[in-house]
Amino acid sequence: MTGAALATASGARALRPARDILPMLIFLVFALLPIVASLTTRQYLLDVGARMMVFAVAAVALDLLVGYAGLISFGHAAFIGLGAYAVGILAAHGINDALVALPAAIAVSMLFAWLTGIVCLRTKGAYFIMITLAFGQMVYFIATSLAPYGGDNGLTIAARNTVAGWPLLKSDRAFYCFTLICLLATYLFCRGLVVSRFGRVLRGTKENATRMATIGFNARRFQLVAYVIAGGLGGVSGFLLGNSTEFVSPEYMSWQRSGELIVMVILGGVGTLDGAIIGSAVYLFAEEWLSRTFEAWQAIFGPLLVLVVLFARGGLIGLTAQLRRRFGHA
Amino acid sequence: MPEPVLRLEGLRKNFGSLVVTDDVTLDVVPGEMHAIIGPNGAGKTTLINQISGLIPPDEGRILFAGADVTGLPPEARALRGLARSFQITSILPGFSVLENVALAVQARAGSSLRFVGRAADEAALNLPAMAALEQTGIADRARVPAGELSHGEKRALELAIALAMQPTLLLLDEPMAGIGREETERQVELLLRLKGEMTMVLVEHDMAAVFALADRISVLIRGRVLVTGLPEAVRADPQVVTAYLGEQME
Amino acid sequence: MSGTLFLVQILNGLQLGVLLFLIAAGLTLVFGVMDFINLAHGVQYMLGAYLAVAFYGIVGNFLAALILALLAALAFGLLLEFLVFRHLYARDHLDQVIATFGIILFLNHAVRMIWGAAPLTLPVPDFFTGSVVLKAGLLYPVWRLVIIASGLSVAAGLYALVSSTRIGMLVRAGATNARMVSALGVNIERLFMIVFGFGTMLAGFAGIMIAPVISVEPGMGDNILILAFVVIVIGGIGSIRGAFVAALLIGLVDTLGRSFSIDILRLVMGPSPARMAGPAIASMLIYVLMAVVLYVRPSGLFPARGR
Repeated sequence: MTGAALATASGARALRPARDILPMLIFLVFALLPIVASLTTRQYLLDVGARMMVFAVAAVALDLLVGYAGLISFGHAAFIGLGAYAVGILAAHGINDALVALPAAIAVSMLFAWLTGIVCLRTKGAYFIMITLAFGQMVYFIATSLAPYGGDNGLTIAARNTVAGWPLLKSDRAFYCFTLICLLATYLFCRGLVVSRFGRVLRGTKENATRMATIGFNARRFQLVAYVIAGGLGGVSGFLLGNSTEFVSPEYMSWQRSGELIVMVILGGVGTLDGAIIGSAVYLFAEEWLSRTFEAWQAIFGPLLVLVVLFARGGLIGLTAQLRRRFGHA
Repeated sequence: MPEPVLRLEGLRKNFGSLVVTDDVTLDVVPGEMHAIIGPNGAGKTTLINQISGLIPPDEGRILFAGADVTGLPPEARALRGLARSFQITSILPGFSVLENVALAVQARAGSSLRFVGRAADEAALNLPAMAALEQTGIADRARVPAGELSHGEKRALELAIALAMQPTLLLLDEPMAGIGREETERQVELLLRLKGEMTMVLVEHDMAAVFALADRISVLIRGRVLVTGLPEAVRADPQVVTAYLGEQME
Repeated sequence: MSGTLFLVQILNGLQLGVLLFLIAAGLTLVFGVMDFINLAHGVQYMLGAYLAVAFYGIVGNFLAALILALLAALAFGLLLEFLVFRHLYARDHLDQVIATFGIILFLNHAVRMIWGAAPLTLPVPDFFTGSVVLKAGLLYPVWRLVIIASGLSVAAGLYALVSSTRIGMLVRAGATNARMVSALGVNIERLFMIVFGFGTMLAGFAGIMIAPVISVEPGMGDNILILAFVVIVIGGIGSIRGAFVAALLIGLVDTLGRSFSIDILRLVMGPSPARMAGPAIASMLIYVLMAVVLYVRPSGLFPARGR
């Protein structure tokens, strides 16, 4: 009886492949983009695509926090900035190897996440949002005050990182592929994370923290680990951003950027991971397209956000939700 | 005299100027079913919350299995073997019934800092969870999202979660609240079966259930323990009758 | 390090503190009573400044401009409340954050479209121009003293209002437990509107008063908003007293820190590293302060809801 019950308990396995259709489509599109770009000789597609993926890495990490851990971090751009500055500052001192810069970017972001997380996670709800906002602002101001590294004006990076001396990332196409791999790795890692033991505790804590505590789980410890992981992934995104633009500036970690990241996450659908990728793509695409056709992009975008929240909480989000329901999302 | 599983010493709790727990001293001996009864507002749930660690007492000590746990957070007490069910059902509605219980198993089954592998498929967690579900009679609902259960089934789930923790002490906060006659009888039967296996503290209003189950009863009136004793003695105690039981007796 | 400079910076710190209080007071009440995270509060401050400039251009008199701008800011705030915010009170914080973020983007841009991106100025009213000699060798602008004085009087008035009037009591009760207040039969919607309107006016007033001192430009409300968040987080959400203490504290720490960080660091390190590290450390100071306070008291110094 127990065995049979167990079999039905994990019986949804059969449906699982359907849930993978959407992400497979997404990555297929990204994989084919370079081909489309060279066929249509629209090289800027490669830039836009890479940019989408760079932010998607950060957005997926943020979705981990917002959608799965219930932590609304309004300072996520700080990790991107820290990662980018790691690349920039190392380059300014002559260290150009990705084998140093990438671990450095991740380490710095994780350290910052750990230190600020310890404080932030002592608070709840709105306090948490405001404090993450404040810490993000702090990093922004530190960056603006770093005169030797460009301060307000930012810092140009001479060239993209080399890998063990080889200029593997130099060509835009190579860099695009590298970014795609990073996004895929991030996505798969997070997918695995949310169904793991750790992920289950995180999700349980989001749903009913008291219950989880009385079962024996220290919510704060798990949330801190999630926060540090998300921070590290943000650092990866920053590493990619710095290399992509060969430029780093405090702007990368402004609170507006943090807000945009949250928008990307909810645009695609909170708590789905795929949604974060879709949201980044849609947001950046809209920004590209809208800024071409309408000058007052932000004048429209603002009210659009308000309207989406007020009336179409389903809206773009619901649309994607309906699509996923059609694909048998378990 | 065996070492008490739970000892409360001089527990005091005020909310502003309202005294909710007034110098409560209480022992729970191993293997016993110790009921705490009292009128609404007597402070029973606040007392349970202090024992399980959700509310810090203003004064006094809580000793669990010989150790002073007064300063420990609820998760630490849970890991030491203190389980509780909630008066207002507290489960994870988005998770399946099985996962609700499996999480309780997971808490004491090695590290949860594992980032790979599907936790929902782990037999090592699911088997004990199913056993707990079978004990409480809702094993057939294992796959259902917990939010879809009936009220009575949710109460059973609460109990299953607590049992899966293999507790040294089980705190039951009004397990019969809001369930029908038949369900209540089933719960009483279940608790009777468990009686020998573990120590329990039962907070209840349903007097029939209390007298069917309790080895000893403590009566809480306005935050204060009026009397602790054997059921018959408590039943007959004139103070108790006037203060509380008079309204409760059929 | 001259004593005069020190005194000047203390006064500057007080001025910033008072300004922060005016903004934070409304924010903390709105948050405390309505559990509503209003990121758009900073634009109320910005609007106050812009409206003051606009009205001054029409009527040519500061006092008249102040009154008109206050009324216009209030009207606009209530309009926003009616159109948007009212529908967000019941929503979760994420929704509130996104929606008010959208409003900031919109209003910053709207302001740029109406008044242009170039910074605007407002002249100091004639009566208060110039500087006054506070002590030998210490000149301080009169208008800045006016800001400090008006801020402190508003604080006093607010304190009296909240602690001695019926409305004030309702606000305090609402900050502690809004649902209870509603259950007691108080028209909670009207209370919300009053609280919100008041907060809006305070922020607008701050913007009007500061306009003669700084440049009025799009986005000026954003950075000060985040400072205001730090204030209410340190002070305790829902607490006017907390906001006051925290605002002055932050104003002083930030101002003195920025002025003297290099000098203080020079005591422990060489002039060159001090000049490099100084500004960076100065910008960190208030956030470190916030971190320390929150580590010890996660609900702030004077939480309304009492932990």
